[in-house]
Amino acid sequence: MDQRRAPVYEALEVMRQDKLVPFDVPGHKRGRGNKELMDFLGERCMSVDVNSTKYLDSLGHPTGIIKEGEELAAEAFGAASAFFMVGGTTASIQAMIFSTVRKGEKLIVPRNVHQSIVNALVICGAVPVYINPQTSERLGIALGMSVMDVVNTIRENPDAKAVFVNNPTYYGICSNLREIVSCAHAHGMKVLCDEAHGAHFYFGRGLPVSGMAAGADMAAVSMHKSGGSLTQSSFLLCGPGVNPDHVRQMINLTQTTSASYLLISSLDISRRSLALNGEQIFEKVKQYAAYARDEISEIGDYYVYSDALINGDTIFDFDTTKLSVNTYDLGLAGIEVHDILHDEYDIQIEFGDLSNFLAYISIGDRTKNIERLIGALYEIRRRYKRPKNELPRYEYLAPQVVMTPQEAFYAEKRSLPLSEAAGHISGESLMTYPPGIPLLAPGEKITQEIVDFINSSREKGCVLTGTRDITAQTIQVMV
Amino acid sequence: MAFWFSESHTDNVKLEIMVDEQLYSQQSDYQKIDIFQSREFGRILTLDDVIVLTEKDEFIYHEMIVHPAMAVHPNVKRVLVVGAGDGGALRELSRYPHIESIDLVEIDGMLVDACRQYLPSTAVGYDDPRITVHIQDGLKFIRRLSDIYDLIIVDSTDPFGPGEVLFTKEFFGNCYKALREDGIMINQHESPFYSYEANAMKRTHRRIRESFPIHQVYQAHIPSYPSGHWLFGFNSITFDPLKDLDGERWNALGIKTRYYNTDLHVGAFYLPNYVKDMLEG
Repeated sequence: MDQRRAPVYEALEVMRQDKLVPFDVPGHKRGRGNKELMDFLGERCMSVDVNSTKYLDSLGHPTGIIKEGEELAAEAFGAASAFFMVGGTTASIQAMIFSTVRKGEKLIVPRNVHQSIVNALVICGAVPVYINPQTSERLGIALGMSVMDVVNTIRENPDAKAVFVNNPTYYGICSNLREIVSCAHAHGMKVLCDEAHGAHFYFGRGLPVSGMAAGADMAAVSMHKSGGSLTQSSFLLCGPGVNPDHVRQMINLTQTTSASYLLISSLDISRRSLALNGEQIFEKVKQYAAYARDEISEIGDYYVYSDALINGDTIFDFDTTKLSVNTYDLGLAGIEVHDILHDEYDIQIEFGDLSNFLAYISIGDRTKNIERLIGALYEIRRRYKRPKNELPRYEYLAPQVVMTPQEAFYAEKRSLPLSEAAGHISGESLMTYPPGIPLLAPGEKITQEIVDFINSSREKGCVLTGTRDITAQTIQVMV
Repeated sequence: MAFWFSESHTDNVKLEIMVDEQLYSQQSDYQKIDIFQSREFGRILTLDDVIVLTEKDEFIYHEMIVHPAMAVHPNVKRVLVVGAGDGGALRELSRYPHIESIDLVEIDGMLVDACRQYLPSTAVGYDDPRITVHIQDGLKFIRRLSDIYDLIIVDSTDPFGPGEVLFTKEFFGNCYKALREDGIMINQHESPFYSYEANAMKRTHRRIRESFPIHQVYQAHIPSYPSGHWLFGFNSITFDPLKDLDGERWNALGIKTRYYNTDLHVGAFYLPNYVKDMLEG
């Protein structure tokens, strides 16, 4: 196929030039009905905010330009089929899960999956089987899955339907995806990849292997993160072993029937750009990140993640476009650095937790902005460095899944003080940062060990999140 | 062919100057550089279509960005000048024999070359052997340095182009760190009159206030700049710009100036009320 084509974009340009008289929705009619919004977003933007028509195809049942755009995307990503998604990567993840596991069936997932996976299980009724992602105490984060743990879990759960893999984690850490795929396939299981932070793996050189290249069956790819498309747009990719018509049905269960052409065209144009220039684009991103990594490392007290972390298993590979920085030696929490950068230096970074922050480097960066970040980090060290605290210790407590997330979610619940909750079944999630791994998910038994661990985490200054009671002093349990 | 060079000062105000010739026009990696020959103002340097200097009034700017600090600090040995690819600040600094070394950091090498070729009256400053030119990002240059300079001059363009980093808190903080314990930082401080520059001025002042214990603002009249009313910042760790002014010492140096004198030095720090209100706000 000709990757220089962008059929959705081209059709919208034709429509714009043809000056069709609109007697269809949306009611703003190319913006004329909403002057304030048009002044804000611009005429060009409003003029292509249009509805699905015979000429512009339909996302739910594509036969024309959308079908063609999806075929081009599939080719560009090395997939058998691809879907434009307009509900964020969350929708892509839901569609992967709905297409693969049914109520009561098992899905093997690392414990540090995104909340959207647990939510998808609440909707479909499947049963999670958790794998302990190993953690780094020094960095205070969850790593990838050990291949040995995946093999053992597959053996213990031969009836599981699929294995879910983060490729990579938020911090850029990858599991041994090829090995996991070959092991899962040998046992008749599918492999689903969360590639919310991995769109560039499909185009850059010298980056970790992408889901499709590793032989995974499905991948949810956030084009809007490293791929440059608009927020909320995403690609769902399928390998040759997946029936795309079945996937389309699952997508249509929850997808809007008024999909935004702004989002779809942004996917179409961004796919074209990456297919044609992705290699150079991500080479540049890698250079920016490498420069920032070297310069920030030289400041002192900032530990910048690099491929030196690779250990052949739980850190099988590292995404060098990621600028993940550990702040433990500085004596400041990552979130404190995040806040100081924002409040005092007018710099917004992606994320900060207790001991790390992540500055997102992308296609849109400029050297002078990277210099500003480096300069500000020098200043923060000079002005705020303080003695470091003891490292919070973390120990993985294997969850006891008593009810499915769906049963637990819809069950009658009551609130109990945490101190009295041991022995009950949790009705909600509870997570500690660091290392960002859930201690409880809906349907899991609350043990005394877990209660003790929560209390000691709190004393050490870890952040507890996920419960309805934001102080996490009480917890929802099954009646 | 004579024609009007025109610069918008606001959406509704512009300044026009009759020019006879365009001597130079290039797009560098950072900005568009033009040099014109005009009847009233002599040669004019513009960056991204904004006047940076004219031969007729640059002496005001360059004298005022250099001499007030030199009349306060009795023993300036090491100087850093950031920006100022035109060389005018260097020319004024080179008149002090007791200065031992001057580092100039300018991000745009093409600007330096253009000025050396077409603006000899300011670029003459480059001829002093005490000067070392570094073609580099100012923030990058300074962030590794500490406790080195007696005087830092931030001779920046507007905070909206390549000069943007020279108005940030991280830059001012790193300047503080690069200064010796009695060091002074002088900065181009924009103008209080039109809202575009005034907002930049207020933001800049806030950023500096957070980094320097002494932060005074002084003014000069520069006809080719928007409104003509222009400000500079005198920022230091120990020296007060008025209490520590040593007029006798400075006058004994016998430096001949056209704008600056030690009486004007004192007056320049007395600001109009609306400007004081803005700075305090």
